[in-house]
Amino acid sequence: MSQMPPAGVKNPLLELRDVSFVRSGKELLARTNLTLGSGGRTVIMGPNGAGKSLLMRLAHGLLKPSQGTIVAGGNGSPLPRQAMVFQRPVLLRRSTIANVTHALALNGVPRRLRRDQAEQALERFGLADLAQRPARILSGGEQQRLALARAWALEPGILFLDEPSAALDPAATKAVEDAVNAFHANGTKIVMTTHDLGQARRLADDVVFMCCGRIMEHTAAARFFKAPATAAAATFLRGELVLDVPAPSCFTH
Amino acid sequence: MNSHDPFTLALSLILSGDPGLFGIIHLSLQVSLSAVFVASLIGLPLGAAIALFRFPGRGLVITLLNALMGLPPVVAGLLVYLSLSRAGPLGQFGLLFTPTAMVIAQTLLVLPIIAALTRQAIEDLWEEYREQLQSMGSGRVRAIPTLLWDARITLTTAVLAGFGRASAEVGAVLIVGGNIEGVTRVMTTAIALETSKGDLALALALGLVLLTLVAAVNATAYLLGQMSRSRMQ
Ligand SMILES: Nc1ncnc2c1ncn2[C@@H]1O[C@H](COP(=O)(O)OP(=O)(O)O)[C@@H](O)[C@H]1O
Ligand SMILES: [Mg+2]
Repeated sequence: MSQMPPAGVKNPLLELRDVSFVRSGKELLARTNLTLGSGGRTVIMGPNGAGKSLLMRLAHGLLKPSQGTIVAGGNGSPLPRQAMVFQRPVLLRRSTIANVTHALALNGVPRRLRRDQAEQALERFGLADLAQRPARILSGGEQQRLALARAWALEPGILFLDEPSAALDPAATKAVEDAVNAFHANGTKIVMTTHDLGQARRLADDVVFMCCGRIMEHTAAARFFKAPATAAAATFLRGELVLDVPAPSCFTH
Repeated sequence: MNSHDPFTLALSLILSGDPGLFGIIHLSLQVSLSAVFVASLIGLPLGAAIALFRFPGRGLVITLLNALMGLPPVVAGLLVYLSLSRAGPLGQFGLLFTPTAMVIAQTLLVLPIIAALTRQAIEDLWEEYREQLQSMGSGRVRAIPTLLWDARITLTTAVLAGFGRASAEVGAVLIVGGNIEGVTRVMTTAIALETSKGDLALALALGLVLLTLVAAVNATAYLLGQMSRSRMQ
């Protein structure tokens, strides 16, 4: 099984060591090792139920692994500041700007700095005019931009995005991709999942391919899309293009 | 209609600003609002804590709280009476037949309503917010003020329900207050006892005021419900 990172990950930022996740006797994530290097855009791909969301939640610390540990890359260094953007943004029942200032408050930013920082983040994502609106009456695309602005204000070292544009129209999807690239340009490590093969090709620097609760391969993007290392990934890529290819069998490689 | 019919007398009592009548209204509001204030102070954080934390016997606590929402006022009155009477554990404070005793009894009635409704509202909201708040670094304790604020409309409705119950009950305040004129006589006890003594005008005037109050409380709760449905979903 080729779980090795592509061409040796430089500056590891976050490492999953022998992480597994078991619920009611089922191994939903089998012993997994994954090194996330700083800077790049890692796209996690795989069929429904493969464990992509689970892997991100474990890496982000929303779930406790049944076994194994999640450690900062440079041994001894603290975990990087993290943020996560979900498929459906969860927004507080407050104004648009209050959603951002609250996130800043939770991260220990002193009160006097919050408003300015929040305004800058809203400005950055074209939401300045909506600052005083109740967040939950914004459109779907605006809500996701607010979720991105909120993450932006936190200046995370790693940003996790779980199918961030799955529920959005093309224009809002473009805005999400632009945002991902803006984070990337700012030095934030990107870890995201998507079902949109075109989006994966546009954004990925490296691909983690998962199937049946395992990482099948972790490959540089250019190579993955041209010649994936595993048969399951090859079948998956064909299946995403041609609908009548059967779902990949994970253990035929 | 002759000018001595109780309805006309009741209206003239209200319109003339009769001091006896307004004294009773004032005390009623003072007692019930104090009880709701104390019950909110305890019930909002208590309900939120029960919603967020897992502990042994939690199911039992929730069941008990829900059951206590229907605590009969006379039983609450009796319990407080026994605690405050001379032989009772709190007898030394001499609180029986004072407005303070009435506040205590009504707090006991209102607290389960506010705590139980808060528990439900906060648990639902936590289900929705949990991952996002955890992602932003909020632990459960820190989440309590966030959730209380974000559930503010539902919680206001819960507090209003508590106020509705307090202001309309008669059993508890009658037992621990005693309906002493000028001291512990409130709207409900006056209506209950003045009617039987034949002072129908006073009873009817108080009934009208009470009805208006309860209608206003319910209308506010309804409007808040509409507001949360239209703006916040
Ligand atoms: N917290 C959890 N508890 C129990 N089962 C879970 C949990 N999270 C995910 N699962 C299960 O793990 C499997 C993988 O889910 P998921 O990671 O969401 O797949 P996907 O690759 O589509 O994102 C699914 O069968 C799902 O039901
Ligand atoms: Mg998923």
